[in-house]
Amino acid sequence: MPALPLDEAGKYVAAAYVVFVALILVYVAIMAAKLERIQRELGELADLAEQKHSGGGVSDV
Amino acid sequence: MKVPSLRAQAAATVAILAAGFTLVFFYAPLDTEGFIQKIFYLHVPLAICSLAGFVVAGIHAIRHLRSGDPVHDARSYVSIHLSVIFGIAVLATGSIWARAQWGKWWVWDEPTLVSFLIVFLLYVTYYPLRYAIEDRERQARYASVFAITAGAFVPLNFLAVRLADPLIHPRTFSSAGGLPGSMLLTFVVCLAGIALLWLSLVRFELTAKSASAKLARLRRALEGEAHPPPLAGSRIAPGLPSRTASASWMNDPTTPRS
Amino acid sequence: MSARTSSFRAFETILAKDLRVELRTLQSVPAMVLFAVTTFVLFRFGLDRDALSGSLAAGVLLATVLFAAILAINRLFVAERDEGGFDAIRLAPVDGTALLAAKTAALVVYLLLLEAIALPVFAIFFLDSWAGLAPLAGILALTDLGLAATGVLVSAIAANSSARDLLVPLVLLPLLVPVMIAAGGAAELLLANGGPSYDGIAKWLGVLALYDVVFLLVGYAVYDFLLED
Repeated sequence: MPALPLDEAGKYVAAAYVVFVALILVYVAIMAAKLERIQRELGELADLAEQKHSGGGVSDV
Repeated sequence: MKVPSLRAQAAATVAILAAGFTLVFFYAPLDTEGFIQKIFYLHVPLAICSLAGFVVAGIHAIRHLRSGDPVHDARSYVSIHLSVIFGIAVLATGSIWARAQWGKWWVWDEPTLVSFLIVFLLYVTYYPLRYAIEDRERQARYASVFAITAGAFVPLNFLAVRLADPLIHPRTFSSAGGLPGSMLLTFVVCLAGIALLWLSLVRFELTAKSASAKLARLRRALEGEAHPPPLAGSRIAPGLPSRTASASWMNDPTTPRS
Repeated sequence: MSARTSSFRAFETILAKDLRVELRTLQSVPAMVLFAVTTFVLFRFGLDRDALSGSLAAGVLLATVLFAAILAINRLFVAERDEGGFDAIRLAPVDGTALLAAKTAALVVYLLLLEAIALPVFAIFFLDSWAGLAPLAGILALTDLGLAATGVLVSAIAANSSARDLLVPLVLLPLLVPVMIAAGGAAELLLANGGPSYDGIAKWLGVLALYDVVFLLVGYAVYDFLLED
């Protein structure tokens, strides 16, 4: 029986699982920020590549 | 060996973890400790995976020193990183459990928890250590030495702390042999779920690093050396390539070089 | 055969050099001794006690020795780093472990010298009975080996980093917790109120010995990688 007593014990158990979920979500949020930056840079580089391509494709290597 | 895709692995993680938690709240019976005992199914798997992660990091470090391939250093770094994060969860849930069980936010006579705290304190120093060594290759090498030393330390420390305190509070896990079947099943499923979670997050992070590195490569190819890429790493991971990095591990840290 | 002889010769040479330098410049050991004695005084007032026994005595003694050891460990590779000693070892046809062994031995010597003075001072300051001191010295010697094994490793790692003085205590102290536990456990028995007791001291000796072996082995295994450029 999935008795979920909302007494003292329940709060602590809930707190523990909440901490766990919160940590995972924080991690996801940080990774999301990283992804966003990668996305932005990728966009910049795509523009740069298109520029070079239309500008005659002269490489400056 | 065909490794399942990250997507499949993540899906499996969600499924198994969800199943595990369902079992915790709808199937596993209450024991003498009462409802509080439910934390056990979260806290102990996290601790086991965290400690195993540290040992895995040591193994990657050994491979790194033997082969010189920076891929293993990346894996070692990420393994420690995720294990430290899991470690925070272990300490937090352990503290909550202590508070619920014995009324104090921390107890010194719980040898597993204390031993874990010491290990955690040690591995946290991994970050300032890496950060303090400028040269990329040397940093990776020394970090590997640290990971190996610390990996050897984990069992020793556990032994010493365990000896230091007679087991006043019967450890739920030392009575694991006496865990009734339903609890054992629940525990094993949760353990599998948390372990998969660890593996998935490690893979996730390595993929992100690899993407950043490829981006840096792309930028260099397009702009030339005159315009080095901006700092490829975030503040959270000081060991990532700096703007002048040329370490070839950046090429693809998820697959080993041939 | 000749490689082994030359390794041992290198070990001897480096150890002799370090001890000679220490004797001439008196950098580490006097500082350690002074630090230890002052710390004892601090403890006397911090704890508000003028007599110690059992676990309290063990704790004060060992914590002081540990922190004093850090002073020496911080300086262990400074000369090598500043004057190219690492390069010399790399270029010489000698096993890098000669340097490792020499530094470990030197550190053990410093610690033994420290304890030769600090232990009597501690006894004079705090102990009612000197009965447990002789076996305690033995425990300390075993502890020194562990301190040295780990200390040399951490010192070598930190020597080439920028935050050297900070990194050593930071990384070293957690690593030394098992030493503290085992040596403390043994010392507590030897300094017990009613006189030294040997009940259960074997397990602490076992842990100390195990720790020493493990970290000496780890040092031996990884040392070459620390010496590479």
